[in-house]
Amino acid sequence: MTSLVLLDHDGSAIKQPARSAVAAARLLGEVHVLVAGHGVQAAAAAAAKLPGVARVLVADAPVFDHLLAEPVAALLVSLAPAYSHLLAAAGADGKSVMPRVAALLDVQPITEVAAVVAPDTFVRPIYAGNALATVKSADARLVLTVRAASFDPVPADGGNAPIEAVPDTDMPSPGRFISAELSKSERPELTAARVVISGGRGMQSAENFKLLDAIADKLGAAVGASRAAVDAGFVPNDFQVGQTGKIVAPELYIAVGISGAIQHLAGMKDSKVIVAINKDEEAPIFQVADYGLVADLFIALPELAAELERS
Amino acid sequence: MKILVPVKRVVDYNVKVRVKSDGTGVETAGVKMSMNPFDEIAVEEAVRLKEKGIATEVVAVSMGSAACAETIRTALAVGADRGILVETDVELQPLAVARLLQALVDREQPLLVILGKQAIDDDMGATGQMLAAMLGWPQGTFASKLVVEGGTITVTREVDGGMETVALPLPAVVTADLRLNEPRYASLPNIMRARKKPIETVKPADLGVDPTPRLTVLKVVEPPRRQAGKKLGSVAELVAKLRTEAKVI
Repeated sequence: MTSLVLLDHDGSAIKQPARSAVAAARLLGEVHVLVAGHGVQAAAAAAAKLPGVARVLVADAPVFDHLLAEPVAALLVSLAPAYSHLLAAAGADGKSVMPRVAALLDVQPITEVAAVVAPDTFVRPIYAGNALATVKSADARLVLTVRAASFDPVPADGGNAPIEAVPDTDMPSPGRFISAELSKSERPELTAARVVISGGRGMQSAENFKLLDAIADKLGAAVGASRAAVDAGFVPNDFQVGQTGKIVAPELYIAVGISGAIQHLAGMKDSKVIVAINKDEEAPIFQVADYGLVADLFIALPELAAELERS
Repeated sequence: MKILVPVKRVVDYNVKVRVKSDGTGVETAGVKMSMNPFDEIAVEEAVRLKEKGIATEVVAVSMGSAACAETIRTALAVGADRGILVETDVELQPLAVARLLQALVDREQPLLVILGKQAIDDDMGATGQMLAAMLGWPQGTFASKLVVEGGTITVTREVDGGMETVALPLPAVVTADLRLNEPRYASLPNIMRARKKPIETVKPADLGVDPTPRLTVLKVVEPPRRQAGKKLGSVAELVAKLRTEAKVI
């Protein structure tokens, strides 16, 4: 059995969620990876170094420049006959592309895989993580998206796989990329950060998120937010942690002014250590927090920044 | 232009779901059911396009038991024109739903299908993309804004690092994200009016589709519970614990 993993990359490095997808694929047998894009030779070289990867396929053509779902899905379908499983991390690209691939192969996809039980049997969360379903597929070929937070990523270095170009990259692309507005940040990405500090409605304003920035800078943390904070317009939607946002599982998650709605907990409850700072001692977030601090965040955050400074 | 809007009947998002003690699924008997929240956003967007004079007709489709007619009525009450119920007792998975929708699209010939980006019960997030693939149409997933002009729909998408805008030739499939709009509430007169709007009932066999599920659910369990930890007295104590006990900073 051989799997093909569609890798998320930034043109040069392989993103951490994609390395988690490779880790999941290694549980299924031999692993090949696909790097698609335009001008992606550096990313292909990075992919070749992933431990456990037997072969790197590169589809380097203008049509893949922005990884639009239509050409990328067509590419995966053209490669599918050689593979038992097709996988991608359950990020925006994987979620968009993989069900399209599945439909073209007449397969029911299995999304957000959180554990591999057998080559045809997987565990995935349902109802915002309030239940875990074990599902077995009757399809001959499987199409999966992988919940990155559930699989420790393979290291970025250690392998030495051969790289080969995909011969046919002439895929149709009816859609046209217009523009991207990506948040610029020196901080680590939410889904890859070792520490995440998130703010909720209790932050009260966009301006007050600077209090979190100060602590994030000291801890090398990513900054996240609850849906309430996003809906209130304090931060952009790509900050959102939760059922409909990003799923994170850092070493340390600090929830500030977040009450702990089910939808938010679904996105962060697999974190190793959870800290909650909230002035309402009845807030549900304290039921999942390893360390709770019942405090006014406008007093606690500057204190925390000062305390972290002190060492 | 006609718009097709598939809507799913799901356990209401305010209900705390319980896993059945026999591990076969979650308890749905006697539980409040509602339209999937993302589908409410899809209906709202379709109705707004009609109010702007861009769409001429909005057709709401739901699939499952006869009770799904209620979900269609909800769509009719906020402005959809008519409904189609695909009635079946078979558990429908996204592959079957997309096949049934494909058959309805062939019959109805809409230029646009708008649906929620995921259903909050199975959290699968697949139907829209699958339908687009089967029809050979482009897709605009996780839409936070859409503009229809001439034969093109411009979709702003929520992606990992921010937002991306793509232009798709119509016909196309769009899946709605949270920020696309804020759905309206149905007024009482509109709820009354919705009762008079037509709902057609068809069976999967009428559409030539075999809805047999490909996935078997072996078991459903509750996730491991996290234990509540300690409440600490001060920031200094918190930092000390994180350094010496948890060793994460």
